[in-house]
Amino acid sequence: MTAPSLLIRDLHLAFRGWAGQVDVLHGISLHINKGERVALVGESGSGKSVTARIVLGLLQQTRSARVSGLVAFEGRDLARMTEAERRRLRGNRMSMIFQDPMSSLNPVYRIGEQFHEVLERAEPGIGPVAARDKAAAALADVAIPDPERALDSYAFQLSGGMNQRVMIAMALANEPSLLIADEPGTALDVTVQAQTLELMRDLVAKHHTSVLFISHNLGVVREFADRVYVIYKGRIVEHGCTADLFADPRHPYTRALLAAVPRITGEGIPEIDDVSEAYFQPLVVHEGCEEPEVEA
Amino acid sequence: MIHLLSLQGVSKVFVQGRHEVRALDNIILDVAEGECLAVVGESGSGKSTLANLVLGIYPPSTGTIAFRGEVLPAKRELVHRRAIQLVQQNPLSSLNPQRSIGASLRLPLDVHGLGERGRRGDHVGQLLEEVGLPADYAGRSPSSLSGGERQRVAIARALACESELVVLDEPTSALDVLVQARVLKLLNDLRSRRGLTYVFITHDLSVVRNIADRVAVFERGRLVELNPTEKIFSDPDHAYTRRLICAVPVVTADEVRLRDRLMKKENTSA
Repeated sequence: MTAPSLLIRDLHLAFRGWAGQVDVLHGISLHINKGERVALVGESGSGKSVTARIVLGLLQQTRSARVSGLVAFEGRDLARMTEAERRRLRGNRMSMIFQDPMSSLNPVYRIGEQFHEVLERAEPGIGPVAARDKAAAALADVAIPDPERALDSYAFQLSGGMNQRVMIAMALANEPSLLIADEPGTALDVTVQAQTLELMRDLVAKHHTSVLFISHNLGVVREFADRVYVIYKGRIVEHGCTADLFADPRHPYTRALLAAVPRITGEGIPEIDDVSEAYFQPLVVHEGCEEPEVEA
Repeated sequence: MIHLLSLQGVSKVFVQGRHEVRALDNIILDVAEGECLAVVGESGSGKSTLANLVLGIYPPSTGTIAFRGEVLPAKRELVHRRAIQLVQQNPLSSLNPQRSIGASLRLPLDVHGLGERGRRGDHVGQLLEEVGLPADYAGRSPSSLSGGERQRVAIARALACESELVVLDEPTSALDVLVQARVLKLLNDLRSRRGLTYVFITHDLSVVRNIADRVAVFERGRLVELNPTEKIFSDPDHAYTRRLICAVPVVTADEVRLRDRLMKKENTSA
């Protein structure tokens, strides 16, 4: 059996500050099999984005952060890699798409120059001509109408939707095996968001890319993910296949979260507690979604 | 019948060098007293320009805006500014970080000379309680509050000077879904308790479905559809409205069916 693309087991995170220690993650476990799209859904402050930063190996460098537990990428423990090895993975074997494309692209370099830099991660000696050809093909893949013109543009000359597509093209350019998407498209209009998600879904299916999809939007998660982990205050509270979890939410927090989403069929605004003891009830795992054994 | 707010042939043109941008084009729109009118559209549709015109931040290029039948001047009087208030998307940037919650809420009372000077402190406490916060929050700073609490303060501030029309510009889109439900509930309660009128600007159609009486759909500065909420979601007139509804990510099987039905209509009419 091949190792899952990503395996997280009993991950703890705490920050040490002047006021003492703040616990952020209380031992979360999750896994993503090859080619699977897995969502981590929760509210702000639940620990979604820090999890992504740990997977990328970025938080381990922060001096105030204390990380413990296992994070294995394709069967290799991140903690046992050197910093240089972890750096080689980023932008190459694993890549990330951020929420706001405008602030993730450099405003003073043209898209083409930034794309060249991205391609150099995988192919250090790649020349400007070869890089440009590759970049143009990647942009055509994300349905950008005139790739050559986009390559000669600055980020601010393109629309939000186009920038998001450029980000997706860059993130997938080196054919990563794991893509981390942190709230992609939330800064975009609904119609553009729907298009980008569809595009992203087609592309990751084509390349068999595994995806960790981080979002607070349950509707988007339902449409994108195969499996869902619901996270509340640094604890996973429910885990199941998307269809099961949406048809039969079992944890009080998941139920509250689902009930709170306004419906386009119009059922009014429900009365829901934003804090409740019940939200701290133990993890509920749906049938057939147990965590795999960790191979030593 | 005199409407609370009435826009007659309102256009707004911005001139940038030799370019002219027609942000709003000949808008005719009435808002009845006590109603919640949703204004929806994508970025660049003219939603925010409409808000700014209603608030009097700038005057229309052509056309008139009337409040209770009285045409508003380009430069608003204090009394008009009192009656029409704004709640913005991000309360962190709309509340002064240096000023206590109490001071932020007291300022409109002082500016408009409402109530006795000595009783204004009590009034601030009452306002906080009205939006579901403890009165002693007056002494706290915006940074010590959560996002939902801050938005409640912003709502209290908009109500402080006994406003009649509140322009809500994406008031819940920066909030988590559980907090959003509670703030929407509060807005509904306040509307019926105080007899307020809302112009609710948003791109989130699922929120619109549950709070608005009527919906105005804007596309590139034009009002393309104006209908009761019920009609918009069951049988929209305009293809653009259908496209907007169909793009909403949904969570229940009923919603999927509604969307599929609208999408089918879109395909047969195209």
